[in-house]
Amino acid sequence: MSALARPAAGTPQADAAWDRRRVFLANLRSVGGRAYPRVHGLFREPSWVLFEILLPFLTTSAFVFVYRALQAPPEYVGFVVLGGAMTAFWLNVIWMMAAQLYWEKDQGNLELYFASPVDMMSVLFGMAVGGLIMSSTRAAVVLAVGAVVYGVTFTVDQWGLLLLVFFLTLAALYGLGMMLSSLFVLWGREAWHLTQLLQEPVYFVSGLNFPVGRLGFLGALAVALIPLAVGLDAMRQLAFAGALGPTGTPPPEIEALILVGMAVTFTWMARVMLRILERLAREKGRLSARWR
Amino acid sequence: MSEPHLAPAIDVRGVQRVYQAKPKDVVALAGVDLRVEPGELFGLLGPNGAGKTTLIKILTTLLLPTAGTASVFGFDVAADAKRIRRIMNMVAGGEQSGYGILTVREQLWMFSQFYGLGRREGWRRVDELIEAVGLAEQRVQRVSELSTGQRQKMNLARGLLNDPWILFLDEPTLGLDVSAARTVRELVVEWRAAVPGRTVLLTTHYMAEADELCDRLAIVDRGRILAEGTPVELKRRVQRESVFRLELDRLAGGAAALAALPGVVRAATMSDGAGEVGRERQSVVVNLVLDDDAALGGVVGALGGLGARIVALQKSEPSLEDVFVELVGRGFDDEAVHHGERPGPPPATLAEMTHDTEEAEPLGSEVTR
Ligand SMILES: Nc1ncnc2c1ncn2[C@@H]1O[C@H](COP(=O)(O)OP(=O)(O)O)[C@@H](O)[C@H]1O
Ligand SMILES: [Mg+2]
Repeated sequence: MSALARPAAGTPQADAAWDRRRVFLANLRSVGGRAYPRVHGLFREPSWVLFEILLPFLTTSAFVFVYRALQAPPEYVGFVVLGGAMTAFWLNVIWMMAAQLYWEKDQGNLELYFASPVDMMSVLFGMAVGGLIMSSTRAAVVLAVGAVVYGVTFTVDQWGLLLLVFFLTLAALYGLGMMLSSLFVLWGREAWHLTQLLQEPVYFVSGLNFPVGRLGFLGALAVALIPLAVGLDAMRQLAFAGALGPTGTPPPEIEALILVGMAVTFTWMARVMLRILERLAREKGRLSARWR
Repeated sequence: MSEPHLAPAIDVRGVQRVYQAKPKDVVALAGVDLRVEPGELFGLLGPNGAGKTTLIKILTTLLLPTAGTASVFGFDVAADAKRIRRIMNMVAGGEQSGYGILTVREQLWMFSQFYGLGRREGWRRVDELIEAVGLAEQRVQRVSELSTGQRQKMNLARGLLNDPWILFLDEPTLGLDVSAARTVRELVVEWRAAVPGRTVLLTTHYMAEADELCDRLAIVDRGRILAEGTPVELKRRVQRESVFRLELDRLAGGAAALAALPGVVRAATMSDGAGEVGRERQSVVVNLVLDDDAALGGVVGALGGLGARIVALQKSEPSLEDVFVELVGRGFDDEAVHHGERPGPPPATLAEMTHDTEEAEPLGSEVTR
């Protein structure tokens, strides 16, 4: 059996000494490795049609009809579609990302990841990339539906800024997701309540289906902590240029800066929490599946 | 440790590990010293709760010792975890790692990426290993659809992805059928033999497995190493006594009743007894250690008085279980039943503390109750 007989190179001590390039490449590859099951597992269950296409379509439609019944101005339908598309990412972050490490712990994967030579942050990052790619289908479906079925038209002056804000929003969202992920392992069941807390009002409050600017100053301030709210507000301003009038929120350039701050802060905090997690695991033995 | 290339594969000195737990702290390791040389296949043999997994976790850098030091190929588990992680891997029995939705090939490839194998290199290595562990037919089958045996072969392949210098196997054949367990054992032996210096640390609570596989082994109980040596050396320790395997239809008073008879050094119920066969048809298998063969007559004569009939009687060649009984004064799955003074070292306070906590997870077999 040749695979077992492969001659190992050098000595254990030489094999344990990796240069910077090797460390970097290993971490880079582990991002791709961890993203893989997300991306390739997605379309394997037939239920994906339901979850990725039908449900997003239905929820978006429902909101469109509500707004029409309320005789809201037509741009609002555009807001709904944009909000609906971004919900895909938000739900992915609070439901899948946040609970992911907790689940990985039960599965025994977390120990293997910690015991592997790469930084746990790369694994977490791969998880985020996978989730992001996976949710993109859903988001794209909602946008397409909005444009084709409900005839939403976007008037964009600054494509570059819009794209930038979009990617910054994703960075902040998935930064938050990575942070929540470690928090869940630390908090266990308590953290489920946090998700519930984030889920319900967020539909409404983050401006997913309702423009933040209409909430007044305090309301807007409260939800500004949620990256989705900031990102969406900026994207609305950019995607429906001129149609909105004064919104009472900062201009998109400022919101982009806020998003940069959020992305950096959340990602940094995710890293800090992973460190805490690993320290607790090694000191208190709290990483194993069998011992909560 | 001044000459790193001469460093032992495993060097454990005075390691203790205490878990903070609810009613009382648990002392999982109560001072362990261990040295394993490069190239050895070393076994840790001990009952559930002995501390085997805890020691593996410390050596695989997942857990810090509460006291003492441990190193792997000269790298300290606390300070040099990164380096250890590059040259080791681990596989546990009953491991459910990975993602059920992936195929065997995909799952292994995913793991290969955490060890820095290139994309192509990863696929090539995965295919080689799938072949080597005998999963060629399952290569594009979903992980969730594998049998327990196939699953464990895949887990073993995962553990070999990075060509580790040291492989930690925590009860690798747990719950496997006879043939799958044999395959796993053969693969481990073959892998280790293929390159000088490859080292295996294996834990098990199957005596026969330890006996068959290990160059050397340590018998562990309650967080301590009670004895260490080759299987032959360990068994030689009990050879001087006369040991019988006595199967009875029932035994009022348990092994303790036999232990009280003249000429009996020790009596303990064995784990291989027919425990599962309904309440009334239970037979009891006792490991009987006598001063010498002549004492047997007296024991047989006394059985009538205990209301027991002999189902089978056989002189035993010493097994590792006998060694364990000798060292600990109880069977592998027994509560302590012993007569006369305890042959092992006197239990220290730490060991006593461990004992208390074990009651949460009872060790005694039905037979002794
Ligand atoms: N994380 C933990 N927290 C509390 N107690 C633990 C933990 N892990 C193991 N133990 C306890 O430590 C002792 C040794 O366990 P373990 O190392 O798993 O033994 P083995 O692998 O030999 O069965 C047992 O009493 C077990 O209950
Ligand atoms: Mg164990």
